[in-house]
Amino acid sequence: MEQFFNISVISDNFTYFMIGRFPHGPLGGVGLTLYLAVISCILSFFGGLILGLLSISRMSIIRYPALAFINLIRGMPLLMVIFWMYFLMPALFGKVAENNTVIMALTLFTSAYMSRIVVAGIDGIPKGQTEAAISTGLTHWQAMRYIVLPQGLRNMIPSFVNQFVSLIKDTSLAFIVGVSELTHVATQINNRTMAFPTEIFVFIAVVYFILCYAFTSLSRWLEGRLAWRKAI
Amino acid sequence: MITFKGVHKWFKNLHVLNDINLHVTPGEVLVVCGPSGSGKSTLIRTINQLEPINEGTLIVDGMDLSDKKTDINKLRAEVGFVFQQFNLYPHLSVINNITLAPIKIRKTPKAEAEEQAMALLERVGLAEKRDAYPLQLSGGQQQRVAIARGLAMQPRIMLFDEPTSALDPEMIGEVLAVMKDLARSGMTMVVVTHEMGFAREVAHRVVFMDYGVILEEAPPNEFFGNPQHERAQQFLRQLLTPMQCECP
Repeated sequence: MEQFFNISVISDNFTYFMIGRFPHGPLGGVGLTLYLAVISCILSFFGGLILGLLSISRMSIIRYPALAFINLIRGMPLLMVIFWMYFLMPALFGKVAENNTVIMALTLFTSAYMSRIVVAGIDGIPKGQTEAAISTGLTHWQAMRYIVLPQGLRNMIPSFVNQFVSLIKDTSLAFIVGVSELTHVATQINNRTMAFPTEIFVFIAVVYFILCYAFTSLSRWLEGRLAWRKAI
Repeated sequence: MITFKGVHKWFKNLHVLNDINLHVTPGEVLVVCGPSGSGKSTLIRTINQLEPINEGTLIVDGMDLSDKKTDINKLRAEVGFVFQQFNLYPHLSVINNITLAPIKIRKTPKAEAEEQAMALLERVGLAEKRDAYPLQLSGGQQQRVAIARGLAMQPRIMLFDEPTSALDPEMIGEVLAVMKDLARSGMTMVVVTHEMGFAREVAHRVVFMDYGVILEEAPPNEFFGNPQHERAQQFLRQLLTPMQCECP
């Protein structure tokens, strides 16, 4: 080994690491990782919110199916959910792009966990807030919408961030169904060059770290911007 | 205005309201007092159905609360409620605390709702706090904002559940002053309180409760001057001279 840490395998393939064969082919690498993470993140925010609200509905016909679904998903490994969607979605809807099956799997999986965060966040708001709201004539739903959720979501941010950081890292499992995100790209390059596994996998570890760290920093900034908390 | 007929309520096995019969006429100021756990808070909370009743009839402002078809949200809009712990919305400014319900329920245009809210803030002496957040205010100020919020829906009845019990002594006066002003304006009020000075001065009638039962019901002069029930006598003795309580 001429060099202890051969940087050239990284620099030669840098564009491929970052965006795959884009723009001449499909997006890959870090670009695809971010795409999968951001889309799943947005979808699972709403998915978690809806599932969470359904799971505390006062109507048992809504509550029980929601709880069953949450527990089912939470009781399964993510990899299995990815396989499920990969084989199930084409069977149900015909041809579905691999990217979308992965987004679907990540969304379902993360939504189930997010829903419990939502429930905890709602429970954390004193009952007096709801009572005050409904005593002015607001419906339960309006009290939730204008009083409980705005306060609860603020308190949920740290847990959400945790979940989303996990989500960013979980996108690496997409490599198992041949979606060419960062980890998949890394294994491809590794198979082709053969000699530099350390360099390649240290590099992608750093990239994952930067992505996650950037995300946590962003959320800390966001938290600081929510003004009413400063009043305390 | 408010009529209880044979009202009962249980929490599991605890009989919190036992055969309550009570009638409040329009414009009346009724003070409810009694030791803690006597059911007085539960009583006042049944009036806007924060606590549902299990048995009996309860008619508020012509609406029968025991009837499933009664639109409970409509009733609550007509009844203001002030809590012991204020329960202002910490994420909204004072003005938005007050205008939320009128804007969302009555569909009052924002400018008009704010104008009304300012008039109410003027009335409780907090006009300069319109853009403050609740947690920037003292307890007494928060409770006055809570009263303004309760009044924003132009209710026909105001309920107060121990409005001064969570306040420092020097802030009680400012809240009572607002309540007295309200009482003199002819508002129908039911007030759970231990402020006997307030009861003496503005109440038309005092109700004494214990163990979920109304033990005594009399005009304030009679109630304070010559309480009939032994439990009420004991309660008043302890309240007026707490240092000399006959501890067993």
